[in-house]
Formats: sequence, structure tokens, C-alpha cells
Amino acid sequence: MRMSRALKGGLFKGVLFLSLLVGFLTLVVLLVDVFNDGLPFLDRTLLTSPPSGDPDIAGARPAILATIYIGALLLAFVVPIGVATAIYLEEYANKTRWYNRLLEINIQNLAAVPSIVYGILGLAFLVRGIGLGRVLLAGAMILTLLVLPTVIIAAREAIRAVPDSIRQGGYALGATQWQVVSRQVLPAAIPGIATGSILALSRGIGETAPLILIGAVTYISFDPTILGPFTALPIQIYSFLRLPQAEFKLLAAASIIVLLAILLTLNAFAIFIRNRYRRSW
Amino acid sequence: MSSIEPMTLGQIAQEHDEVETPKREVVFAVEDLAVAYASNVAIREVSLEVYKNAVTAFIGPSGCGKSTFIRCFNRMNDLVPSAKVTGNVLYHGKDLYADEVDPVEVRRRIGMVFQKPNPFPKSIYDNIAFGPRVLGLKDNLSDRVESALQRAALWDEVKDRLKESALGLSGGQQQRLCIARCLAVEPDVILMDEPASALDPISTTRIEDLMHELKREYTIVIVTHNMQQAARVADMTAFFSVDVAPDGGKRTGILVEYDRTSKIFTTPADKRTEDYVTGRFG
Ligand SMILES: Nc1ncnc2c1ncn2[C@@H]1O[C@H](COP(=O)(O)OP(=O)(O)OP(=O)(O)O)[C@@H](O)[C@H]1O
Ligand SMILES: [Mg+2]
Repeated sequence: MRMSRALKGGLFKGVLFLSLLVGFLTLVVLLVDVFNDGLPFLDRTLLTSPPSGDPDIAGARPAILATIYIGALLLAFVVPIGVATAIYLEEYANKTRWYNRLLEINIQNLAAVPSIVYGILGLAFLVRGIGLGRVLLAGAMILTLLVLPTVIIAAREAIRAVPDSIRQGGYALGATQWQVVSRQVLPAAIPGIATGSILALSRGIGETAPLILIGAVTYISFDPTILGPFTALPIQIYSFLRLPQAEFKLLAAASIIVLLAILLTLNAFAIFIRNRYRRSW
Repeated sequence: MSSIEPMTLGQIAQEHDEVETPKREVVFAVEDLAVAYASNVAIREVSLEVYKNAVTAFIGPSGCGKSTFIRCFNRMNDLVPSAKVTGNVLYHGKDLYADEVDPVEVRRRIGMVFQKPNPFPKSIYDNIAFGPRVLGLKDNLSDRVESALQRAALWDEVKDRLKESALGLSGGQQQRLCIARCLAVEPDVILMDEPASALDPISTTRIEDLMHELKREYTIVIVTHNMQQAARVADMTAFFSVDVAPDGGKRTGILVEYDRTSKIFTTPADKRTEDYVTGRFG
């Protein structure tokens, strides 16, 4: 029997809706579960105390602080390097030169390298190679490398979206290339660059594998420093979960809420910037 | 206009033709110029002189290289990697393409207004101030901005909203803003590539009136598709056409005729010009 068109269309819509439901429900179940477990433990102790063998007084303060430090360092490293690379590739590089093409292919491929590989790289070159040791700075640096391709790609797209007529207008007024780039192209590209950087940041601070590899420690009871040993929120969650007492599972759930709150705030901020500065040329 | 009979282009042109142009100073002398994009020659064998305090119009069918040609005067073609300019462009007797000439310096003296208004995504004030700022002309910036807007006949419309985005202006206002932006750096010459083609008739008239005003202080070169416009504003007119190679292959722009506008529109010397201005071609 032949299906009528309306039926086919309806069926297709149904399939699409179901697919959407899979993603949505997973998220809801996850959130409900986490909030159910974690909410009672989401208190000042979690935010202000170091971890402890006693679940009643244990918190995640060092990990939360370290995640904030890592995030700040990550941004401070990745934005200038990523934007500078993007400017070079879009505005200065002669695309017919082989080394520029090589660079481009390289960056595209780097974006697809698994994060654990970055961890190995960090261990070999940063921790041992230049002897930085298993410190927070090394963690921030390795996460920088990890998200750098994402930032470069986002910044390039933002720069490319600036219409050429703007550059021409600048040149026609006697601006130098640097003046055109710094005063016209970059300001116009900032919303796109900011959005891309924030999304990269939230990917970076959610990472666990590379940090474990370069030796983020699971039990740290003091506030982290840039050049000291550290742990990070995802690792802290993992180590809570491995402890035998049931309360630690709930503490882990509470820590997950904190991590989610940080990530969702960052993403909301990115969306806000994108909408606020959306431009029609 | 009060006449019932529509005026011919020749009459329009003669209406503002100055009786006898005194010996005009030559601003640009173009000698045997050719521009190629990679191996495609867009325009070749062009020689003409552009005079001070006059409006010079370039007309001709699409693709004959008018934009390519006008971009030679401020070295905008340098920004197209494949473009190669040969021949000479002398500006007040000096070769614009000499090795020691800095194209950035050239563009400070010779401003350009584009076909599509291209305001920067900044405030009206910052748009005008951009040029002076990059040139380091920082004192009396607001006076400069005001005077540029005055001369571009835009001041009254925007004086209360200088801090607002220039993207909120109408198309015609945006184009006058671009003219003001260009005036703010006090250029010697203003190049305009079809400045009114994206505008409504009223805005177009305003821009044309403006050109009459501006030519007292500046030298103006304009590309236009609109022959009425050329007849109305230009003192000198150059007609370009496309030369198709005998085998029907390569198309190259050439200069057919260059003369006083009144002459071009009443008694052109070349048959091709006559066909074009009377609408029999292109
Ligand atoms: N950037 C470029 N790269 C390659 N070829 C170009 C470029 N710009 C123009 N051309 C070619 O040069 C020739 C002349 O183009 P140009 O834009 O100067 O013509 P035009 O007279 O201004 O036309 P129109 O009246 O349509 O604006 C065309 O054949 C065009 O394809
Ligand atoms: Mg053109």
C-alpha cells in the first residue's frame, strides 16, 4: 500500500522529534538525577572546605579554585595566540605559499586530535622536557594547546565575515594594513572571537584526561598556586566517586552541579555576546 | 525643470558648460596605461589628462574597465594580488607608480568613494574621525568632523545623533557620510566609482549638487553608468568601450574618446561614442 504524502511527512516529523527527544531526555534525566543527589550537599562546606576523609566536612575548594585559575590562564594564553594566528592566516598569509597551506592543514588536523594525545605531549615536553613539573601552569598550557585550534578556527571565521568593503574603505582613507586590521577588522570580529573563545574555554575546563596524564593530583587539601601541584574539578569529582562511603557520591553530584553551573554560565555568556553584537552589514 | 520637452543630454551638458575653460592645471597625466589581471588585460592604451577643479566622468558599457581604471589613481589595484599596472600615471608631474612612492601616502591625498556605501560599523562621529585619527591629525577633531559633515551636506541631518551607529542611516545618508569621511582627511582629489548607483533619485540629486559644490575645492573623478548624470555633473567625459579581438576571443577595455562633456554629448568625434550616448548601443 502506498503511503499518502501527508502520512510520510508526519512520519518524518515524528522521527525527527524522537531524535530530539533522545538528546533532551538524556539531559533532563541527568540533571534531575544529579540535582536530586547533589542539592543537599551544595552548601558552603563544598565551596569553602578542602576534601577530607569525613564526608560531612569535605569540600572541593582547592579543585574549584584550580579550575578557575586554569580557566583564567587558559584564556590569557589562548586568545592572544589564537587571534594572532587567525589574523596572520586571514590577512597576511600568501595562500599560494606551501608553508602557509601546510600550516592550515596542520591546524585543521590538530582540532581532531584526541585530548589524551595532548596529555602525552604535555607530559613529555612540558612536565619533563622543560622541567616544569606537575604544576597547574603545565595543565593550563596543555589545555591551551588543546583548544587552540578551535579558537583559531572561530577567529578566522569571524575575521572572514568582516566584509571586504570595510577594509577597502579603510585603505582608501590612507590607513596602513596594520591600522585597517587593528581598528576595523578586529573590532568588527570581536563578537565572533569572544563567542569562540568562551566555548573553547568551557571545553577546556571540562577536560580530564590530559590533566590526569600530566599528573594532576587527586587529593589536595590546600589552595592551589600556579606553580604548585593541583587538581581540577572534573578530577575531584572522579576521586570523590571512587571513595567507598555513599555520601561521597552525593558530594560528587554536588560538585557536578558546580561544574555544570560554571559551564552553563560561560555558554550563556557566549550566546549573550553573540546575540548582543549580531551585526547586519 | 520647467521645460515641457525633455532636455537632450547635449542641452543638459551645455547648460553648465563654462564658456572657455581657462588653461586648467593638469592633476593626472595618464600615459599609455594598461592593467592586467593575471593574463587578462582589462584595459589598455589609455592616455588622458585630468584637470584641477573639474569633474571628469568615465562612462562606457559594463566590463570595459572603468572601475579598474579609476582604481589606478589611488593605487587600490595594489590590493588585488593578480593586478598588474603598466604605463605611467603622473600626479602633478610625479610618477605615482615609482618605486619610492608609498601607496598609503598616495591614498591620503587621493580619496575614494565606492559604489556601495561602506560605512564602518561605528558611530557617525567615529566614521568621520577614522581618517584623521590614522593620519595622526588629532587636534580639533570635532571641528574637523563637523566641517566634513557640513561640506558633505549631512551635518543638519546628523548633528544630534553623532554618537549613533552609522549603519542606522539611510542609503543616501550613508553615501554622503562616506563622502564626508573622505573629505575629513582633506584630500586633493576625490575618486567616485558609481557613487549614486545604489541610491534613489532624490539622494542622487543631492550627491550631484554636492559634486558641483566640491569641485571648487577638489578635483573629482567619477565613474557612472548614468549618462544623464555625466551630462549634469561632468566638465570632461571619457568614453570607454570594449575591444573584442578579431578572433572573437579576448575582450579589452579601450578609451574611445575624451573631450569636454558638451562635445561628447552633442558632436562626438567617434561613431561608437555617438551610438552609445544616443542609446543605440550598450
Ligand atoms: N579583481 C579582479 N580580478 C580579476 N579580474 C577582474 C577583477 N576586477 C575586474 N576584473 C575584470 O576586469 C574587467 C573590467 O572590470 P571592471 O570592473 O573594471 O569593469 P567596469 O567597467 O567597472 O564594469 P561595471 O560597469 O560593470 O562596473 C572585467 O572583465 C572584469 O572581469
Ligand atoms: Mg565598475
